[in-house]
Amino acid sequence: MLMATEPQKELPRPAAPLLAVPKPVPSQTRAAQAPGTVPSALTVRDLSVFFGDNQVLKRVSLDVPARAVTAIIGPSGCGKSTFLRALNRLHELVPTARMEGEILLFGQDIYGRAVEPVVVRRRVGMVFQKSNPFPTMSIADNVTVGLRLNGVRNRQVLAQRMEQSLNMAALWDEVKDRLGAPAISLSGGQQQRLCIARALAVQPEVLLMDEPASALDPLATGKIEDLILELKKDYTIVIVTHNMQQAARISDFTAFLYLGELVEYGTTSKIFTSPSKKRTEDYVTGRFG
Amino acid sequence: MHRWRKFKNGLMQVVTCACALLVITPLALLFYHLLKSGLGSINWAFFTQLPKPVGEAGGGMANAIVGTFELVGLAALLGVPVGVLGGIFLSEYGSVRLNFWIRLGADVLNGVPSIIWGMVVYALVVVPMKGFSALAGGIVLGMIMVPLIMRTTEEVLALVPNGYREAALALGIAKWRAIVQIVVRTALKGIITGILLAGARVAGETAPLLFTAFGNRFWNHHLTDPIAALPLQIFNYAISPYEDWHRQAWAGALVLLLFVALVNVSVRVLTRDRFSHR
Repeated sequence: MLMATEPQKELPRPAAPLLAVPKPVPSQTRAAQAPGTVPSALTVRDLSVFFGDNQVLKRVSLDVPARAVTAIIGPSGCGKSTFLRALNRLHELVPTARMEGEILLFGQDIYGRAVEPVVVRRRVGMVFQKSNPFPTMSIADNVTVGLRLNGVRNRQVLAQRMEQSLNMAALWDEVKDRLGAPAISLSGGQQQRLCIARALAVQPEVLLMDEPASALDPLATGKIEDLILELKKDYTIVIVTHNMQQAARISDFTAFLYLGELVEYGTTSKIFTSPSKKRTEDYVTGRFG
Repeated sequence: MHRWRKFKNGLMQVVTCACALLVITPLALLFYHLLKSGLGSINWAFFTQLPKPVGEAGGGMANAIVGTFELVGLAALLGVPVGVLGGIFLSEYGSVRLNFWIRLGADVLNGVPSIIWGMVVYALVVVPMKGFSALAGGIVLGMIMVPLIMRTTEEVLALVPNGYREAALALGIAKWRAIVQIVVRTALKGIITGILLAGARVAGETAPLLFTAFGNRFWNHHLTDPIAALPLQIFNYAISPYEDWHRQAWAGALVLLLFVALVNVSVRVLTRDRFSHR
């Protein structure tokens, strides 16, 4: 309903592989789903993360299903963001960070000895709480930066991928006439969608979102949520949110983290209507947190 | 009671304002005096001719003006890459403990009297090369520039929000590329500002050049020959016994000051819109 003002074009499918673009998606990603089963995009086993002596995550295990939205909820400081950042190894930017356990991305250990964090991050994209388009670049350059700085030079490919990504982020119609304008001339909501387009342009397999709408007004939030529902047709999305209604609206699965531990994980309808743990119930009904 | 408090407030305001004005008084006096004594000797010949021998009227400081630019250019060849890359290391790579020592070193170096720099380069470059040279002058000014540029570069890089680094890395961009193409690019204006100010600062250095560039009454044709520089020429002319040379020294000082002021003003203009994005 929020899209009423802006007729939703049919969303293009993510690219058929284009010439000279690094192959974005390994074959198993979009493998035909066996009926009745949801293949896991990410398999997290006994994940513990430490910053110095402080243990932020305690043996968290869960499976993130492919092409679905998984919401991570929990009170501030429960380790939601750390969990998300462990999924693309971004938590390693903190020099004292250390992890134990195992995270598999479509069966591959992303912490394997030979695995470069750069490669993991190509496959697991991220959108941040605060929109952060690069201020020195135009709208167009922001979208293609991930490709350009990874060696893609073909202009046709870049232009194609830019339009496609902006379309997927439901931003193309708003910016197509001013692609050369500075990215920071956009509104807050547009900037966040630009960041989503930028993340999509490198064709990740999984998209991590760290409270992507928490700094936006309700209208812009609605657009982001509609967008997430569209994107899950092709992408695996893991979203951290403070907003329980948001989690209920857009996610298929919900994990409740508390004090670094996974309290409960299940389908969103179960977590919100008949949680099996008392603490989950207290949290989702707003009795604490 | 009320009136007494108002009086104290007023007094404080007057005293602080007077001190603030005191800061710019020397600049005003300096400009006034230089204009009065130097402006008369500034003419076309001053910028285009070589110094005339003693007793002959006229002549100019063309070689010294060009020499100063040459020396600052040589200094930049050394100071800019080392300073900028060092600043990038401090801001983007270094560890807390290592950074502490590097910063301390840079700050101490920034406080080293420039004549000591001159002696160091005299020993390290002039003596082995058996002669004063433009090269030695460029090296000493470059060495003075390095810690200045390093610290300003580090400071402006630190102002780049971390979100940009994270966003770049989350796109799977290699760290060095993210630094060069995104972090440094975001802070480029500030880095250039630091370079220009460091250039303006060393353009006026005299003492280290006494031991290195030495000065030259003619054009410099070779990096291994001595070279003229404005501050040196001013110094030599000012301590001479000739009226004519004194006038030329005033003119040289005026040109030098105007050059430094020009750099500072253009930096201000350049960075005026730093916070209004683009």
